[in-house]
Amino acid sequence: MFPPIPNPSVDPAAAKARFSDADLIRRSASEITPPAQRLTEVAKLIDVTKCIGCKACQSACLEWNNLHEEIGISDGTYTNPPDLTENSFTLMRFTEWVNPETENLEWLIRKDGCMHCEDPGCLKACPSPGAIVQYSNGIVDFIHENCIGCGYCIKGCPFNIPRVSKADHRAYKCTLCSDRIAVGQGPACQKACPTQAIVFGTKEEMKGWADFRIKDLKSRGYANAGLYDPPGVSGTHVMYVLHHADKPSIYAGLPDHPRISPIVETWKGVTKYVGLAAMGFAVAAGFIHHLIAGPNRVSPEDEANAERLTGVAPSGSTPSDGHEAGRTT
Amino acid sequence: MTGTPSDERHSTVPPPASEKYDVEAGDAVHPGRPVTVDRYSGPARFNHWITAASLVLLALSGMALFTPKLFFLTALFGGGQWTRAIHPWIGVVLFFSFLGLFFRFWRANLPAREDVDWVAHSGDLLAGHEEKMPEVGKYNAGQKLVFWSMSGLIAVLITSGIVMWDQYFYPFTTIEQKRIAILVHSIAAVLAICVWIVHVYAAIWVRGTFSAMTRGHVTGGWAWRHHRKWLRELVARPGNGRNAPPHSPAE
Repeated sequence: MFPPIPNPSVDPAAAKARFSDADLIRRSASEITPPAQRLTEVAKLIDVTKCIGCKACQSACLEWNNLHEEIGISDGTYTNPPDLTENSFTLMRFTEWVNPETENLEWLIRKDGCMHCEDPGCLKACPSPGAIVQYSNGIVDFIHENCIGCGYCIKGCPFNIPRVSKADHRAYKCTLCSDRIAVGQGPACQKACPTQAIVFGTKEEMKGWADFRIKDLKSRGYANAGLYDPPGVSGTHVMYVLHHADKPSIYAGLPDHPRISPIVETWKGVTKYVGLAAMGFAVAAGFIHHLIAGPNRVSPEDEANAERLTGVAPSGSTPSDGHEAGRTT
Repeated sequence: MTGTPSDERHSTVPPPASEKYDVEAGDAVHPGRPVTVDRYSGPARFNHWITAASLVLLALSGMALFTPKLFFLTALFGGGQWTRAIHPWIGVVLFFSFLGLFFRFWRANLPAREDVDWVAHSGDLLAGHEEKMPEVGKYNAGQKLVFWSMSGLIAVLITSGIVMWDQYFYPFTTIEQKRIAILVHSIAAVLAICVWIVHVYAAIWVRGTFSAMTRGHVTGGWAWRHHRKWLRELVARPGNGRNAPPHSPAE
């Protein structure tokens, strides 16, 4: 058993914030100097093999974050609501999978939610300064007052996590209970888990605990048991222990090789710089051409030719009023 | 210096019936000193300026969301939330407004024989040797290029824009399709802004052009210098030309 996280005093005088804005390592659409000292990285470990699908974590999440999920319609599965929403930051996804080697039906239950990527695609796609931040302990958080509701984070996320509210047009996702962790509490979902399928601690502790669990699983026949800490996003601060770590996608579409989409990288990278350069070049070319070539003016001869063409005998000199006809250059 | 006074005497003959006039409704020539030529009707100018205003607003709000360095532009629209909400609606205005311009101008922007020659001599034009350019109709090849590239880009922008308009169209496409739409939208927008810069610069550089879109008319000299074929067609048109009284009605 993993030692339970202590419950430190919640007396405001005793509870001091363990991290703050001084600990940001990334801030959307902003350039910041990361602090010299990085906080100890935290992580939540979700041991899929110990999950009993009770949804206590889902309830605890709603309760702690004061969220109210609309009463919807059952789609005939245990997955309820059928997808993450702006109110459901976490969701138990149930998959019935027949193991081709054993012909056994396996009920795979995965707690879906933000993975708190070390390389967060949502933050990189976000156009609004400070709407998404990453603390040096690894937590990626949405700062809702800065959110403009554009939904770019949805396109940036490799895990399809953020949801934009139709009510207030702001994006929502799991905060890793940053407000609880800031005062030394564990995340609400972890606190509620009756089987320790969810544990929380430093990233190193979690990797160590995962090793212990994986050894145990392997000794019991799960040869492919392993840790899901995908390197494509430089690792995550929410990790899974999977019995079939060789095929994550059987767990309700958990990406096998998540990474920020190259389309998003192109859009936020080369397109931005080449695009700004192209527009700047077009303006500069106009300025330089005007400096060198000077304006293209209509000459008095042009006016005289037009008068001749329309049947008026040209005066032979400059037209009487200077109606748009400049002097020849 | 442009054409010699002797050569136009022969060319006031009306063009053969097979040749298309690229004269648009409302175009008319008014002999006098100077000659004035009606180029854009009131509704055409109104249509143009609605399009122009929406394009500028779209460029400002779009650039604000395109790069963090220009995010401050959202202040012009009442903040980030307003910018995000209003940008697509301005896009709808632009689309329908430009559609109006498209149906007004597309015929006169069809390719003509002299366009190839014009493009071949475009270097001379920029170097200030307009006398080497072929006579062109209401629009030269450069203007036609602006017209058709804007038409194409606006079609791409409205299509990709709808795909990424999450507020109303989120369920209809996949996230991967939305990613492609955003990339395409940003590239098309950059190109459209570049075309717009060319368009505005041409209007500034070629003096006497702005009055076409403000007061609706240009001088005969301007038409002679830049769109001589169009001027000849206008003059040769029945009811116009040598025998027409000054300030004859348009049609």
